[in-house]
Amino acid sequence: MADPRRTSPDDPVLADAAVAWRAAYVHIPFCRRRCPYCDFAVVAGDEWGGPIDRYVEAVVAEIAMELVWGPLDAVNFGGGTPTSLTARQLARVLDAVTDRFGIAPGAEISIEANPEDWDEAGWADLVALGFTRISLGVQSFDPAVLASLGRSHDPEKAAAAVTGARTAGFGSVSLDLVFGAAAEKGASWGRTVATAVGLGPDHLSGYALTVERGTELSRMVGAGLVPASDPDDQADAYELLVAAATGAGLVHYEVSNFARRGHACRYNLGTWAQGGYLAFGLGAHGHRDGLRTRNVRRIDAYLAAVEGNRRPLAGTESQDPWGREQERLMLGLRRRAGVVPGDIGRALERSEQGRRLMEAGVLGAGPDRLVMLRPLLTDEVTRAVLSLSADDC
Amino acid sequence: MTELARIRNFCIIAHIDHGKSTLADRFLQRTGTVAERDMREQLLDTMDLERERGITIKANAVRIDYRAGDGEIYVLNLIDTPGHVDFSYEVSRSLAAAEGALLVVDATQGIEAQTLANAYLAIESGLEIIPVVNKIDLPAAEPDLVADQIIGVIGGTRADVLRVSAKSGEGVDELLEAIVARLPAPTAVVDGPLRALVFDSYYDIYRGVVCHVRVVDGALVQDDEIRFMVTGEMVTADEIGTLSPAPRPGRRLGPGEVGYLITGIKEIDLVRVGDTVTHAGRQAEFPLAGYREPKPMVFSGLFPTEGHDFERLREALDKLRLNDSSLVYQAETSRALGFGFRCGFLGLLHMEIVRERLEREYDLDLVATAPSVEYRATLTDGSVVQVRSPQDLPELSRLATVAEPMVAVMILTPTEYVGTVMDLAQQRRGEMGKMTYLSPERVELHYRVPLAEIVFDFFDQLKSRTRGYASLDYEPSGYLEADLVKVEILLNGISVDAFSTIVHREKASTYGRAMVDRLRQLIPRQLFDVPVQAAVGTRVIARETIKAKRKDVLAKCYGGDITRKRKLLEKQKEGKRRMKMVGNVEVPQEAFVAALRIDG
Repeated sequence: MADPRRTSPDDPVLADAAVAWRAAYVHIPFCRRRCPYCDFAVVAGDEWGGPIDRYVEAVVAEIAMELVWGPLDAVNFGGGTPTSLTARQLARVLDAVTDRFGIAPGAEISIEANPEDWDEAGWADLVALGFTRISLGVQSFDPAVLASLGRSHDPEKAAAAVTGARTAGFGSVSLDLVFGAAAEKGASWGRTVATAVGLGPDHLSGYALTVERGTELSRMVGAGLVPASDPDDQADAYELLVAAATGAGLVHYEVSNFARRGHACRYNLGTWAQGGYLAFGLGAHGHRDGLRTRNVRRIDAYLAAVEGNRRPLAGTESQDPWGREQERLMLGLRRRAGVVPGDIGRALERSEQGRRLMEAGVLGAGPDRLVMLRPLLTDEVTRAVLSLSADDC
Repeated sequence: MTELARIRNFCIIAHIDHGKSTLADRFLQRTGTVAERDMREQLLDTMDLERERGITIKANAVRIDYRAGDGEIYVLNLIDTPGHVDFSYEVSRSLAAAEGALLVVDATQGIEAQTLANAYLAIESGLEIIPVVNKIDLPAAEPDLVADQIIGVIGGTRADVLRVSAKSGEGVDELLEAIVARLPAPTAVVDGPLRALVFDSYYDIYRGVVCHVRVVDGALVQDDEIRFMVTGEMVTADEIGTLSPAPRPGRRLGPGEVGYLITGIKEIDLVRVGDTVTHAGRQAEFPLAGYREPKPMVFSGLFPTEGHDFERLREALDKLRLNDSSLVYQAETSRALGFGFRCGFLGLLHMEIVRERLEREYDLDLVATAPSVEYRATLTDGSVVQVRSPQDLPELSRLATVAEPMVAVMILTPTEYVGTVMDLAQQRRGEMGKMTYLSPERVELHYRVPLAEIVFDFFDQLKSRTRGYASLDYEPSGYLEADLVKVEILLNGISVDAFSTIVHREKASTYGRAMVDRLRQLIPRQLFDVPVQAAVGTRVIARETIKAKRKDVLAKCYGGDITRKRKLLEKQKEGKRRMKMVGNVEVPQEAFVAALRIDG
């Protein structure tokens, strides 16, 4: 059994073992304001007048409704802004998780945070509560880009937060970066990447800015106020990121993710391996054995359900065996480790589309693994997978 | 049987929308031929499509019994004529079945080229013309001005021109009287051998082929043994009768009379418009003059977007042809589009109607290749090859000359647009003929133009350059040798037959550049660079590159995104299904349709 704390992030043994891990996700929806590109379940500013404690208690109640399942190998507090809760409130939720499911020794307990929220004592408290990993939404080190993304921190603050997280005692520090914003001109992205890598993070995520439906960004692009991002420019930015990150010794282990040995994000490795994860809070998604669930996205609906002693589900999706296999490839091929092909993978290799993808050097077929050779074209392969039918096997 | 002196056979010549159908409806109503409660708009147009487009595709005939001012009852046979240039042969047969014509012109629009062409045709056929200005009830009507225009064409005085509102009924009674008074009764060899002109025919699923006939000489009686003189088909006259407009079976059609004939023939090919019906026993010596084989002028490949619909397309074409002997087709294979048919049409409108009916009535999804004309290639060994598709053009090394079909074009335009019309005709390689001023405001221009230059967007161009005021008519005018070349379009080095075309050498690079540029925009980026080239023989005349796709991945896919992202990709995958492979290049069906769209 591969110990995730010592294994290379792209190790196939690790990637495949993740299917057996048990995880939980807790969604903290509160943000000071909504960023223009964000389409998550967020409660911004004073959209909701209620006390945060009421939400905390609802999450605790929802945790109590879940069947016992554990111990957990990974817990992830995401948002929104999880650090909009006080240490006491976070402790209340994390304790509820721990009490109900148990935490496996050496588990990954991760929290997302904004650089501007850094304060030395506060973050040390988080470590004391049991959080082992912090993921910082740095996005960019260019003030113009940060402003265009609606982020309120300045670049110096971001760098200080990275150092501060280390000092506070987090065992694993991750940075999120975004490229392809309209304000990102010339060498801006290159400087952002160099600064990020220079801070020596354990983990780095770099995302092409995506225009999601229903966001302010999408309205602005639609109205012609902001140019749509050019896929070739994004490809250039991506290649620059890959070169810089891998040059600094980070392992490119998923389309958008890099990590040092022992620092792959276990919660995410679990989701890419079709592992199980419980979900609590507004708009949270869970998965267990082919049953996918999602919670309601409106806070009043969420509170009404939980306070009425009902599960706050908005919907579920039960997958048939073939659908699960297609999804296994869709998710698994995003990893550098690739997948065990199985019948569906062999069918892909035989298919006309699969052959074209292999000829073009996008997909690679080894004796026991199917791997993506050009991560930037992953969706080409996924569509080919989704085009297969069970009869092709 | 009606005596000759009490019969009047006439057509209505009118441009689309100038009120022909409304006028016909009014006749039926005024004379009590159709009861008020059975009246519905435009009775004569039987096909839905015709009703929607406001045009008549197939001629039709109605018998109207009319008690005239002199107290006598007259039989008025209204023989309908198609209103579009594509169907000029049908028009000529309808005219041949009549002694007179109403020339109906919209008081707000003035005379149009096709109307004028048909009016000339009617005069040449010896028909008596009654000029009618219609829509005089409209505020914008200028009846005097339009009357003068008509007089300028056919002669006479303002007093000869009747003023009518078919819509309100004003002037309709006077018009009915004028038909009796001014149009001649038919003449006939009453006791001669039977000669009846087939001026229309259609297929009825219960009755087989139904012909519309005008008896010229002799008489046609039920159960007579008859013979179609062109096709040689011998049959029995099972049923004869008249249309009012519902069929009214009778025993006999005498000389000068108009009606229908049902023989039990099931194949439309055996009953040709323009053929002569005679008796099998006592045969006429000569058929009636003027028969012509239907001749397709425009050709296009029709391909089902779904390959497995090929058989359904064949069945649909077979069914359409039951009613339309001018439609010709043969199976064709395209490397890019798979199996389909090369179809021949009378003209662009005919092509559009057939395509629309295939899609609408037979629920087929089709790709049509660019319309082509029939070229004549003379080979170095002296033999001649008909070329209906660019693929049929022999290799350059075997080719001596190529000739293209020409048309004589008549354009009517307000004088202020003469310059722009001349520019257009010149761009389309037109050679100017005579130019006549019909009035100080209206000019008749004649050109000889390659048909290929007309079939694309000439009519649209003409309309847009003259703000809709100019009109157009054309007829075949032989073949002319020209410097014609085949432009091939290559995708990643493979020639895409659906896009190749035959054009004049001077226009080859314009076509090539336009098509290459259009394809570069229409074809999505692939996994590798795809050169798009236009070539004449081995010489590349235009080139673009579709750059390889570099990024096609969703940046984030985490626990909360899985279902949504999967659905998104599922949807994109559906788009992929509608791709055709050209070599190893995926071309979306829409790209074929869009690239071949005439208006581009």
